[in-house]
Amino acid sequence: MSTTTFPNAPLLSVRDLSICFDTRHGPLRAVDGITFDLAPGEILGMVGESGAGKSLTGTAITGLLERPGRIDRGEILFEGKRIDTLSPDEMRRLRGRRIGAIFQDPLTSLNPLMTVGQQLVQTIRTHLPKSKDAARARAIECLAEVGIPAPEARIDQYPHQFSGGMRQRVVIALALCAEPSLVIADEPTTALDVSIQAQILDLLKKMCRERGAAVILVTHDMGVIAETADRVAVMYSGRVVEIGSVDRVVRDPRHPYTKGLMQSIPRVGSGVQRLTQIDGAMPRLTDLPSGCAFHPRCPRAFDTCQQTRPAALPVEGGHVACHLYQEEPA
Amino acid sequence: MSTATEQKPLVALDGLSKTFDLSPPLLNRLIERKGRRSLRAVDGLNIDIPRGKTFALVGESGCGKSTVAKLVVGLHGASAGKITFDGTDLTKLAAADRGAFRKRIQMIFQDPYASLNPRWRVRDIIAEPLRSFGITSSKAEERAEVGRLLELVGLSARDGEKFPHEFSGGQRQRISIARAISSKPEFLVCDEPTSALDVSVQSQVLNLMRDLQDELGLTYLFISHDLAVVDFMSDYVGVMYLGRLVEAGPAERIFSAPEHPYTRLLMDTVPDITMGRRNRAPVIGEVPNPITPPPGCSFNPRCPLANDRCRAQAPEARKRAGGSIVACHAVEEGRDTPETVACETGEGARMQLARGAA
Amino acid sequence: MSLEAFPQSRLAAIIESDLFYKFRTSWITVGAFVVTLVIVLAAVLAPWIAPHDPFDVSTLSLWDSELPPVWAEGGDPRFLLGTDNQGRDVFSAILYGSRISLAVGFVSVAFAMVIGIVIGLVSGYFGGAIDAFFMRIADVMLSFPTILVALLVSGIVRGALPREMHDSAALIVLVFAITVTTWVQYARTVRSSTMVERSREYVYAAQLVGRKPFAILFSHILPNVMGPVLVIATINLAMAILIEATLSFLGVGMPPTNPSLGTLIRVGNEYLFSGVWWVVIFPSLTLVALVLAVNLLGDWLRDALNPKLR
Repeated sequence: MSTTTFPNAPLLSVRDLSICFDTRHGPLRAVDGITFDLAPGEILGMVGESGAGKSLTGTAITGLLERPGRIDRGEILFEGKRIDTLSPDEMRRLRGRRIGAIFQDPLTSLNPLMTVGQQLVQTIRTHLPKSKDAARARAIECLAEVGIPAPEARIDQYPHQFSGGMRQRVVIALALCAEPSLVIADEPTTALDVSIQAQILDLLKKMCRERGAAVILVTHDMGVIAETADRVAVMYSGRVVEIGSVDRVVRDPRHPYTKGLMQSIPRVGSGVQRLTQIDGAMPRLTDLPSGCAFHPRCPRAFDTCQQTRPAALPVEGGHVACHLYQEEPA
Repeated sequence: MSTATEQKPLVALDGLSKTFDLSPPLLNRLIERKGRRSLRAVDGLNIDIPRGKTFALVGESGCGKSTVAKLVVGLHGASAGKITFDGTDLTKLAAADRGAFRKRIQMIFQDPYASLNPRWRVRDIIAEPLRSFGITSSKAEERAEVGRLLELVGLSARDGEKFPHEFSGGQRQRISIARAISSKPEFLVCDEPTSALDVSVQSQVLNLMRDLQDELGLTYLFISHDLAVVDFMSDYVGVMYLGRLVEAGPAERIFSAPEHPYTRLLMDTVPDITMGRRNRAPVIGEVPNPITPPPGCSFNPRCPLANDRCRAQAPEARKRAGGSIVACHAVEEGRDTPETVACETGEGARMQLARGAA
Repeated sequence: MSLEAFPQSRLAAIIESDLFYKFRTSWITVGAFVVTLVIVLAAVLAPWIAPHDPFDVSTLSLWDSELPPVWAEGGDPRFLLGTDNQGRDVFSAILYGSRISLAVGFVSVAFAMVIGIVIGLVSGYFGGAIDAFFMRIADVMLSFPTILVALLVSGIVRGALPREMHDSAALIVLVFAITVTTWVQYARTVRSSTMVERSREYVYAAQLVGRKPFAILFSHILPNVMGPVLVIATINLAMAILIEATLSFLGVGMPPTNPSLGTLIRVGNEYLFSGVWWVVIFPSLTLVALVLAVNLLGDWLRDALNPKLR
C-alpha cells in the first residue's frame, strides 16, 4: 500500500459538513457533520448505500448543490481557502480548472450538440491561455491519452457516435484536460459493463497518478474502492461511520456496519451456503433514530447507542464512530 | 444438450432464437432504398435446467440474456427453436392453452420501482395472480393468502394496506417475489433481481430466494451480470456473448476452470475486495454492435487467441472433459495454453484453492 | 417506522399530499378555485337561487325593460344587474346562461375525454396498423378548426332537420363539434404515455398472470396515464366554454330562447351603442372570470403533476 503521508497542508479539507434539504415538513439533514482530509494525489473512496449522502458530499464540494439542498453547517477548504462560501461565478472558474468532475452517466456531462473536440477546446481555452490551434492539438493529445483510437478523426464526432465506454473516456479527458488537482468521480463506472468497468478504473487511476491529481471516488461498490482507492470513508445515514486505509478497512473493519457490509458482499469462490446479511434497511431521513443511526440494525448495540451519537475515535490511521470503541476494549 | 443430468430437465431450450426486425416502415425503405435490418438477439441457444436447480445466464448488456428471459416466460415469441417445459413445447402452444403453464412459470423483474404498479395497494398487487388464476374462492381466503405470502417473504401482513412507494427497494423486491410465488409456480425466471439493490439488501434478497427454493422446490433461471452473485446462486452457468452461448456447464467447473477466452475475461474483471490492487491484464475492446456482428466467432475482435479460422467460421459448441460445453476454435484446437492467454493470471488456480478451503 | 405501519385514511392522505399542499400555498389557485366553484354552484342551483325565471314570458313586463343595475340611477331593487329590452333580469339570465355554457363545456369535455382515452390506450398498447389507422384519423381531425367543423355540422343539421327542431338540436351540434375536434389531444397524450407504461415491468407482470389486454389497459395503465389527461381536460373545459361562446356569438350556437353566455353577449352587443351597457358587460365579465379561473386551475394542476417542477 502506498502509505498516505500527510504533507503540511491537505489539498482538501472538509470540516463538520452538513447538508440539509428544506422541505415543507422542515429541514431534512441528508449529510450530518462529516469531516475528512484529502492529501494531494490521494484517491479517497466514499462508499455507502443509496441515500447515505455520498453523492451529495461530492456535489457540495464541486459547488453544484441545488435548491432545496444547502450547506447548513461546516466548511470546505480547498488548498487552504474556503470554497463553500464562493460565489457561483468564482466556483465555476475553480471547477474545471482546479476541480474536475466525472458523473455516472457520460451523456449528462457531454453536450449532445457539440463535437467532442469543440467541448475539449472550449474547456482548455477557458482555463488555460492557449491559441485555438494549440488547444486543438492539446485536445487530440488528451483523447489519445485516454486511449481513444484515431483521435484525429474522432475529435470531430458527436458524443452519440461513441460507445458507452468510449464516452466515459471522453468525459475523463474533459475532466482532466485543464490539469485539475482534484477530481470528483461520482459512480464513474456504474453504467458500464463489467469488462469496460475495469478499463475505465485503470485509466482513471493512471491518469490521476500521472498528473498528481487527487480523486474522491464516490461509489456503492466496495470492489471498485478496493481496487482503486488509497483510503475509504464509509458513509451511513449521512454520517461517516469509519474512515481509514483501504487495506485496513478491508482486512479489519471496525464499525459493525462496515463489518456487515464487507461480509454481505458475495465473493466468487467463497462457496458459502448463506450470505451474511444486515437485517432491515437504512432509515429514511424523515425518521432517523436517536443516537447512533445504525443502532436499530446493529447486532452489538447497547443502551448508549440509542441515546448519544458516537464521536469519531482514532483507530489505526483513521477514525471510527462507534461506542464499542469508547468503552473498555471488548 | 448442454448439461449432463440423469433426470429429465424441467425446462429445456433447444436451438432457441429470436430475431428482432428493426427495419424502417415499408414506405421509408422504398424511398430511401434501404434493405431490411434485423437484430439477432438470441441465436441457437441450447440449455437444460433440471428440476429444483438454478441455471444462471451471465453476460454483458446487450448479450441477449434478458431476451432469453422474456422468451421463456412468453413475453416474446421465439423466432426459431423449442422451449420445452415439463415435456410440452411452449412455442407450439396456442395462446388459450398457454394459460395452464402461466401459473407454473413466473418471473421476478429487475427494477423494483417499475415492477409494482404505483397506483395499486400491495395487497391488490399480490392478489392479482390469485384472482386471475382463480386460486382463492373468497375475499377472506384471498386476504389470508396475501398475508401468508407477505410473511413468507419477510414482511408483515399489515404491509398489504400500503402503497409501493412506502417501501424501500429491497422491500419492494420482496413484494415482487411474493407476487411471483403466489400462484405456486415451479419455475421462476429472475431477470437481474438484485442489480438495482444495495449490497447489504442484496444479500437479504438472495438469501430469501435460496430459502424459498429449498422450501418450495423452485427451479430458477437466474439472469445476472454479477459473477459473484451467480456463483452464490447457481448450480449451472451459461455465458452469453452477442446472443450466443459461448460456454455452459456446472457452476463449479465454470468458476474453477473457465475455458472460453470470454469467460476468462469476465472472471478476470470481477473486482475482488480481498485481492486488493492486482495487476490485471488489460481487457481490450468493447462489445460490437449486435446489428452488425463481426464474421466468424463474434468474440474474435477482442480475443487474444483469434486466428484466421476464428475470423471466418463461427465455432460450434463442443462438449469438454469437465462436463461443460465450449464454443471456441482455440479451445477445441488446444491453442489456449496458459502461456498464451493473457488473462490467465492464476485466477483459476486461486478459485480452486478458495473452494478447497471452504 | 411505527408511524408508517398503519395506513392513513383517504382524507388524511389527501390533506398530507403534495398536490393539496401546492394548492393551499398558492393564493391565485385558491382564488381561481373559489371563483370557479361560485360560478358552477350558481349555475347548478340557478332554478332555486335566481330571483326571476327569465324564460317564463308571463312574468316579463315591458315596463321593466332596459332598467340599469341597482346602484345606477333609475335602478330597480328587484333587478340586481338590470334588465334587457324585454324586461328580463340580467342576473338571472347570467345564472341560466352559465348553466348552458358549463353544460356544453362539461359534456363535450367528457365525451372527448372518453373517446380520446380509449383510442389513445388502444393505439398505444397495440401499436401497428391499429395505431396507424387512429393516428391518421387524428391528423385529419387536427387539420380542421373547431369553428369550421361547428359551422359545417350546424349547416348540415339545419339543412336536414325541419326548422322547428333547429333550436333543440343546437346543444347537440355544439357538443358534437367540440368533441370531434378536441378528442385528438387526449388520444395523442394517452397514446404516448401508454407506450411508455406498456413496456414497464408491472405490465409484463400482469401479462404473465394472463390478464387480458383490456383488463390491463383499464386497471393498470389507465390510472397511470390520467395525470396529463386531467390537465388537458381542465384547460379544454375553458376552451370548450370559449368555443361555445364564440359559436353562439356568431349565431350558430344556442338560440336566444335558450341563451348561453355567448348568446347573451351577442344579444346584448346589439344594444351596446344605445347606452345599455349592462346587458353585454355582465355576461362578458362572467365568461372572462370563468375561463380565466378554470385556466388557472389547469395551470396549477399541470405544474403540480409535473415531476420536473417539483
